[in-house]
Amino acid sequence: MIAGGGALIFRLVLWLMLAPLLPGIINKVKAWVAGRRGPPVLQLYYDLARLWQKSVVMSALASPGFIIGPAVAWVALTGAALLLPLGPAGALFSFRGDFLLMIYLLALSRFGTAWAALETGSAFEGMGAAREVSYAVLTEAAVITAILSLSVHSGSTSLATMLAPSVGAGVVLLAAGLFIVLLAENCRVPFDDPNTHLELTMVHEAMVLDHSGPPLAVILHGASMKLLFFALLLTEAVLPVGNLAPMPAAGILVAGVLAVTVGVGLVESLLARLAFRRVPLLLTTAFILCLFALLLAWKGGAA
Amino acid sequence: MSEPLNLLIGLAMGLNLLALGSSRLLAVIRAMSVQGMVLGVMPLMIVGLSGWNVLFVAVMTVVIKGFFIPGLLRRAMRAARITREVEPIIDFVPSLLLGAGGTVAAVALARVLPLLPEHAGTLLVPGALASVLTGFVLLIGRAKAISQVCGYLILENGIYLFGLLLLEATPVLVEFGVLLDLTVGIFVTGIIMDRIQRAFDSLDTRKLTVLRE
Repeated sequence: MIAGGGALIFRLVLWLMLAPLLPGIINKVKAWVAGRRGPPVLQLYYDLARLWQKSVVMSALASPGFIIGPAVAWVALTGAALLLPLGPAGALFSFRGDFLLMIYLLALSRFGTAWAALETGSAFEGMGAAREVSYAVLTEAAVITAILSLSVHSGSTSLATMLAPSVGAGVVLLAAGLFIVLLAENCRVPFDDPNTHLELTMVHEAMVLDHSGPPLAVILHGASMKLLFFALLLTEAVLPVGNLAPMPAAGILVAGVLAVTVGVGLVESLLARLAFRRVPLLLTTAFILCLFALLLAWKGGAA
Repeated sequence: MSEPLNLLIGLAMGLNLLALGSSRLLAVIRAMSVQGMVLGVMPLMIVGLSGWNVLFVAVMTVVIKGFFIPGLLRRAMRAARITREVEPIIDFVPSLLLGAGGTVAAVALARVLPLLPEHAGTLLVPGALASVLTGFVLLIGRAKAISQVCGYLILENGIYLFGLLLLEATPVLVEFGVLLDLTVGIFVTGIIMDRIQRAFDSLDTRKLTVLRE
C-alpha cells in the first residue's frame, strides 16, 4: 500500500513538528514534581532554531563522516517513523515483513550516531559509543521478541495488521518490557541521565559532546523523534487502536503518548540511575518480559 | 477454574525469576515465601471448599511456607550476622537466562507430554518443571547456605505443584507429612548454619570443599 504524495507530506510534517514537544513535556513534569517552574514546553524548538543558525566546529581529525553520521541517523529514524502505522489510518508504506526493515532502520540510526561519535577521535565519545552499542545488544533482543510476539499473536508479518488487535493476556508483560526498552533506547534515567555533565557517566550525551551547530540540532531532533516513535509503538502494541473509528483512535493515541511521556517524567524524578553493572540485569528482565509475552501468544494461539 | 489458577501459576513462575535475579538475601527469601503462599491457596481453587481437611492443609501451608520458614531463615540470618548480598557463582544474568530458558522449555515440553485432558489446559506441569529447574539453579549457582536453602524450598514448591495433579487421588495427610519434613529440615539447616558460622566465620559453602584431619 503506497499512499499519495499529499498524505506523505502531511504525515512527515506531523512527525517532524510534534516530536520536539515530548522532551519539553518530560522536563515540565520533572520540574512540577521538584516544585520548580521549569523551562517552557517549547524549549527544544527554540534550541533547535538557535543551533541551526550556528556554525560547525570540526575537529582536524574528523572525516566527512562527522557530518554524514547524524544525517544518516536522522533519515533512518524518519524512515522508521513513516513505517509505523498510526491507528486506523495505517502506515504510509506497508508490505509483508516491514517490521524487519523497521528494526534495521533503528539499528542504522544507532550506527550513524556511533560512527559520528568515533570520528572525533576523543576517548569520551568512544566510551559513550561503546556503552550505547552494548546496551543496544540487549534492547534489540527485547524489541525483536516483542514484535515477534505481536506477529505470532496476529498471524501476520506486516506492522499495520500486527499492531491493530490487542494482545490479550500478555499485554501487561509486553507493556512493561517495551517501557523498559523505551527508557534504555532513549537514554532516560535508570540507564542514563540526560542532564548529567560528567563525562565518565554519560552515555548518549557523551557521544554528542563534540558536535555543534546544525549536526547537533539534527541529533537532538532525531532523539526526540525516537522518543515519539517508541511511545507510539508502546501505545499501539498495548491498545487495540487499529480497529477504532478515526477520531477516537486519534484521541487514544494522543492520550497514550502523553501518558507514556508523563510516565517517563515521573520515573525520571522518582528513581536514581542504576549502577552500570546492574544495567544488563534490568535489560535482561525486559527481554524476559517480552519473551514471556511471546510464550503466552504462542501458547494461547495453539490452545 | 483454569484461568485464575493459570494466573497464579504464572505469578509463581515470575517469582522464580525474581528469586534468580535479586541480589539481596532478604529479597530471595521474600520471593520464596510469597511463592509458598501462592501455592498454598491453589488446592482450594482446584477442589473448592469441599472439606475441612483441604482448608486446614491450605491454611497450614500458607502459615508454614509463608511465615514460619521465612521467619526461621531471617532469624538464622540475624543470629549468624551475615551480609545481605547474595554471592552468585553463576552470575545473575546467566542464571536469569537459564531460568527463562528452562521455563520456555518446560512449557514446550508439557505440550508434548501425554497429560490427562483436565490437566492439559492448566500450567501445572510447566510451572512444576520450571520451579524445580529454578531450585536447581539456585542450589548450584549460589555460594551462601541461606540462598541454597531458598533454592531447596523453591525446588520443593515445584514438587508440591506436581502433587496438585494428584490432589483427588492422594490423601491430604501426605501433603501434611511433606510439610512437617520440610519444617524439620529447615530447622536442622538453621542449626547447621549456626555451626558453619562458628567454625568458619562465614556461610560460604565453598569453604566446605576441603577435607582435613
